[in-house]
Parts: sequence; structure tokens; C-alpha cells
Amino acid sequence: MRLLVALVLLLVCACARREAQTAPVFHADGYPEKLSDWRLLSVEDGVLALSPGVTPYDLATPLFTDYALKLRTITLPAGQSAVYDENDVFDMPVGTIISKTFYYPTPELEWTGDVAAGPSPGLSNDAMPLAAVRLVETRLLVHRAEGWVAIPYLWNEEQSEAVLHRTGAAIAMTLHRPDGRKEEFAYVVPNQNQCAGCHATNNTTRAIKPIGPKARHLNKASTFVAGFNQLDWWLAAGLLSGAPADASPAPKNADWTDETASLDARARAYLDANCSHCHSDVGAADTSGLDLRPTVAFGPQFGACKTPVAAGGGSGGRAFDIVPGDPEQSIFIYRMTTSRPGDMMPELGRSTTHEEGVALIADWISAMAGGCN
Amino acid sequence: MTPYLRAAVLAPLALAGCGRKEAAPAPSAADASYKEKLIAQLIDASPGDVIEIPEGRFSFDRSLSLAVDGVTIRGAGMDKTVLSFRDQIAGAEGLLVTASDFTIEDLAIEDTKGDALKVNEGENIIIRRVRTEWTGEPKTENGAYGIYPVQTRNVLLESNVAIGASDAGIYVGQSQNVIVRYNRAEKNVAGIEIENTFDADVYENIATDNTGGILIFNMPNLSQPGARTRIFNNEANANNRKNFGHPGTPVATIPAGSGVVVNSNDRVEIFDNDIRDNKTANIIIASVFSSGLSRDGMSADFDGYPEGVYVYANRMGGGGKNPDGLDLQALKLAKFGPMGAIPDVLWDGYVDPAKQVDGRTPASLRVCIDNDAAEVLNVDAPNKFADPQIVTDEVRCALEKLPAVSLANGLGN
Repeated sequence: MRLLVALVLLLVCACARREAQTAPVFHADGYPEKLSDWRLLSVEDGVLALSPGVTPYDLATPLFTDYALKLRTITLPAGQSAVYDENDVFDMPVGTIISKTFYYPTPELEWTGDVAAGPSPGLSNDAMPLAAVRLVETRLLVHRAEGWVAIPYLWNEEQSEAVLHRTGAAIAMTLHRPDGRKEEFAYVVPNQNQCAGCHATNNTTRAIKPIGPKARHLNKASTFVAGFNQLDWWLAAGLLSGAPADASPAPKNADWTDETASLDARARAYLDANCSHCHSDVGAADTSGLDLRPTVAFGPQFGACKTPVAAGGGSGGRAFDIVPGDPEQSIFIYRMTTSRPGDMMPELGRSTTHEEGVALIADWISAMAGGCN
Repeated sequence: MTPYLRAAVLAPLALAGCGRKEAAPAPSAADASYKEKLIAQLIDASPGDVIEIPEGRFSFDRSLSLAVDGVTIRGAGMDKTVLSFRDQIAGAEGLLVTASDFTIEDLAIEDTKGDALKVNEGENIIIRRVRTEWTGEPKTENGAYGIYPVQTRNVLLESNVAIGASDAGIYVGQSQNVIVRYNRAEKNVAGIEIENTFDADVYENIATDNTGGILIFNMPNLSQPGARTRIFNNEANANNRKNFGHPGTPVATIPAGSGVVVNSNDRVEIFDNDIRDNKTANIIIASVFSSGLSRDGMSADFDGYPEGVYVYANRMGGGGKNPDGLDLQALKLAKFGPMGAIPDVLWDGYVDPAKQVDGRTPASLRVCIDNDAAEVLNVDAPNKFADPQIVTDEVRCALEKLPAVSLANGLGN
């Protein structure tokens, strides 16, 4: 095992790195004007490349954001590691930089505003060719002495640089769905305050925190290092400490698209990734009494026959969050399907309907026995 | 990058949607730049800041948010400074505040797609002389709440105007220590609603032309129940608007023509109000169990019985002449005749069987109506409305009065 790790490390280092690049720069304060000031990613000759020390990762089931693809990276201060936690987000040292780059495959080489709902392209050997790719934004979460700070960057028209943009934006795009349907939508870049809408996962302390780097989201086969579980790889590469020696006992979310997993596991993974940052016992949506963390048992607290409290139009004319066996009468399905700003869920982060996600939750509700009394 | 270059790079992205397809006519340059300025002020605010919004009408396509404690947002007047969200494409409210020591005053928020002004957790909150309005004839598509503090403590809502909400114009949820006074709520489904809240004084408000004027509710499955609300010196007249709430929401069950409604809440004192001409009943006292909600969906420990409700010295009349809903219409006709009316106070008759002592409700948990000649109808909901009776004399009793709410830190002085 150890030999294998060493070999893989050697291979990754040997073939992934292009020209010598400068190491990432942690800015302890301020809002640098350009993404390149952080030296995490570079664009050269039509290829996006990661700097040395910048580790890509992905999640078993991610948050849906208008079909955008996401390149996630984590950069830890030299010689330090994140500390494992079974349920909560890992404890990452000051100096950690997490980046998430939102991008789309484009049906045409010229940028026309048209984007495709596609699973690829992705990063390979720490690099991604940008032909037929549109980079939209890169959001940083930076762990400073005073806490985590969210800093948003928008990619420029030339796709050569991303520039600080803190007040949000709406970008007109046309989504090409896999079956050929086209749909105009406004891709909405949140303003810096709105980052807290998801990342202030405790609405009492309001501290900004990462959401993805949790054991259950990372516990999957690595997309970037063949033959490794991603958690094992983080441990082997020194990114993580305090974790079980191998990942098997760690919590594990299903991949929501994995049809070999149970419907319940897939649906719960989806609701976890898309809802539980607010719908928890301490999140902004604790006002609703709906708690969609994976540890919550199925019952009224998880939406079963639960009357809405302050849903307004979000009820869609339906009486209960989930009517077991009847997705058409379940508020969940209405709020996930509609794109009306006051009615839809999540409240931020999408302007289109995630039809495949809705179908999953509808199948899950259909498979339940029951009704409401 | 120089400011000029930066503007050149950003402008096509942010304003013109990548130089292609514009969803809506471009706003004037001045409006757009002010919009960016205000968003930046909200992001960069520091405790103690006063953000002044000048006179004018400003249009926003995305919601605003504030997350810094100790900030005041001040306009030039509720009819002079208008934040319009008519063209909103994103965000569940107009302005979302997640902060304490917050004051907002003298402005209007119009036509949001969801709630107008939401304050989610915080203490020492002042909202005054703010107008929230959905313009035009009230309709179901309007946002749910106008002024909406939730999970807040030490809250003053005064001299606001709330119009057209498809749930409640002024809604205080899961909060503690609250004064709601001098407000006007009209053309909402619920005018003023206090829900799952402890210690609220609601006085000198006007609630008219809503479906229900003033509502004191407890709902199941929430972080706290509520108790101890005083409703006094208000006018809740002619709240006869057809219910335009969203089917499925609890407020959609409110009969048109409800003056003051207590549902499942405890220790509620209603006195010295003018409550007239509400066509279903001037006062309704009910349990969640007659509201058609699912018992499967209620936490087992939820107490759905209104207890310790005390009604006295209100000036009532002209109500109950045309109750909303076939059941109540039939009841009125059978019991009071075609020219008759539902009495001033309608009680659903639910009492908690687990708390009965020798077949009686303990004195402190009773519903006490001691309001001169005002009559009380028990509709006998627990027995499927089998035997509705006038119970005026049976419920004539008194309860210990609640103390006045006093806000901490000088709010409201």
C-alpha cells in the first residue's frame, strides 16, 4: 500500500505538472482584484491548469446549480492537514483556500450564451482543455484568522482571467438539455452576502463554513487518482489527519445517479446536498421545522405529512411536504420543479429545473406506502 | 487593473448578459449604478453604519441582503423611497436581514416575488414607517409575508403599512418580547399575525379589509410554541376580503370575515378593541384540530388547544351576518335564521381531554369571555358540529391579566 501511494504520488507529480508554476498565495486580508493573484489556477494556451499543491476533489452527490459543472480544489498551508470529523465539515487550518469554478460545456466554439447540460469535460492530470468550455465564475472560501471568507470572481469575456465581483450578476444563457430542448435562463451569480445564504450553516453564529468537505461527501472512488478512494487519498497525501485508516467505516453518501444504490440512499444524498445546509436544526430554515440532514429519521421532521409553515406560494396548492406515495400532492415536488423566485427551493442557486433530480425525489415518494391522515 | 479597464471587462458580463440577449430592457445607467452601490453598501456595512437611501424609485432584479449587526437602513419616507422588485428574477425575499441591532425605517418595498422584508434571527429589531405592498388588486401570486421577523427577540414594529400579502401583512414568528403598534394592515389574507411567539403586545393597530384581521396562532413542529399575547385598542373592522391565500397553507383555511382569531395559542388577552362588521365572526377561538391539518404530520408533544384565553371590554357588533363556508352558512341558518347572525364570539369547543379535572377545565386554562352582552357560540367541533350552543353564561369568567411587554435596551421609549 505504502509503495503504491509513493508510486502514484510520483506519477501524479511527474506527468501532471506543466511548466514550472508559482505556488499558491494565501492573502491574509483584503479582496485581491484578480483570481490569478491567488495562483491557484492558470489559463495558458487554451488549457486550465492547477498549480502545484492545489488538489482537485469532487462529491458523491453535489448541489445542483443550473447544470453548471464544478471544478473544486483545496489548498492547505504547507505541512498542515485538515482534521477528520465523522459528521461535520473537516476542521481546516487557517491558510486553507477552497475554490469552486463553475463552467459549462458549450455546443459551439464561439461563445453564444448557449450551454449544454453535460457531464464532461472535466479535469484530467490537473489540466482541462478549454475548447468548447465556458468558465463562468470561481468562488473562493478562504480560511483567515478571523474565520472563513467568501470571495467571488467572474471570468472575463476572453476567458483569460477572473475578476473580483462582489455585487452579483445575472447572465443570460440558453440551456441545451440532453434531449435537444432549449431553454433560456438567467444564470445568477450571488452577491457576496448571499454566499452566507448557504455557507452560514448555523444561522445563530452565522460563521461562514465550507459545506462539501465532509466525510460522507468525499467518501467515494477518486475521480482524479485512479484506484483510490478519495478519503484514503486525502489521508495518504497528507491532506487529512485523524481519519480511519481506510474509509470503509466513514459515513458515505450515495451518488444520486447510481442506479445500483437504493432509492432511499440516493434521495437522501440528494436532499442532503441540496437542502440540509439550511434545513437542519440550526440552519436558516430551522424556522420551517423541516430538517433534511441524513441523520434525521423519516417522519414529520423530514417532511412526512408535514404542514407548511411559511411557504406562501411555495405550497403549490398542496397540503403536505411529502404525501407518501403521492408525489403530485407533495410540496417537495412543487418547490423543486417551479422556478418562481419566491416559491422555489433552494431559494438561491438555480433558475432552471433539475428535471433528473425532481424525477429521483418523485420516484422516492412514489415508492412509499401511505398517504396522510 | 485600472478602474476604466475593470469597468470595460465587467460591464458586458454584469449588465448586458455577456453582450447577448437581454431579458428585460436595460435599466437607466443611474439606476443600475445606484443598485450596485446599495448592494456594495450592504456587503461592506460596519456596525453603527446608517445606510441612507435617497428619495426615488429603485428597481432590483435580485434580492438584497444584510448580515452585519448594528446597521440602520433609512429612506426618505414610505412614499418617497421605493424599492421595487417587480422585475425580480432571483431571491426568496426583497430584503433578507440576518443580523441583530437592526433598524429599518421610512421606505417602501414593493412587489417582491416572495416575502418583502424578512429578518431571520436577531435581537433588538426596529421596523418602523416601512410600507410593504403588492400593488394592484390583491392576488394569490403575491408574496407571502410583508414584514416578517422570525426567531427574533426584543422587536418593535410600529407605524408600518402592509398591503396585499398572500399570507400575512405583518407576521411575527417564533419570537420573544415583541411590540406591534400603530400599524395599518389591509388587503392581506391575514392582517397581523403573531405565531409561536412569547410575550407580544399588539395595540393601536388598524386591520381592515383583510380576510382575517389579527391572528394569534401556534403551529406544530416549530422551535417553540407561543403564549402570552395582549391584543388591545386595535380596530379590526370589516375584514371580509375573499381568502386569496395559497391552497395548502394554513392561512388559506381562514374564513373571510374573521376579526380576531386565536388558534392553539395560550394566554391570550383581547380587550378594549373595536371589532365590527366581520361577516363570519368578530372573534374566533379555535384549535388546530378543527383546522383540517394532518395529525400524522404533527409532533406528538404539540399542544393544539387554546388555553387561558380572556376576552373582555371590546366594542363589537355587526358581525356574523354572512359567514364564509357552507358549514357555517348552514349553521347560521339553522340556528339563527335567515336574518340572524353568528354571535360575536365563535369558539370551536375543543378542550384538552388530558387536562380535565372532574370533567372540568382547570380555571386558569379556560376560555373566558366576559364582554358585556356579546354572545358566544360553541360550535361543538369535537362532535362534528352536532350540537352548537350559545354558551355566553357558561364561559363568563375572569383570568389573571397579563403584564405589559416592556422591551429591553430602550426600544420603543
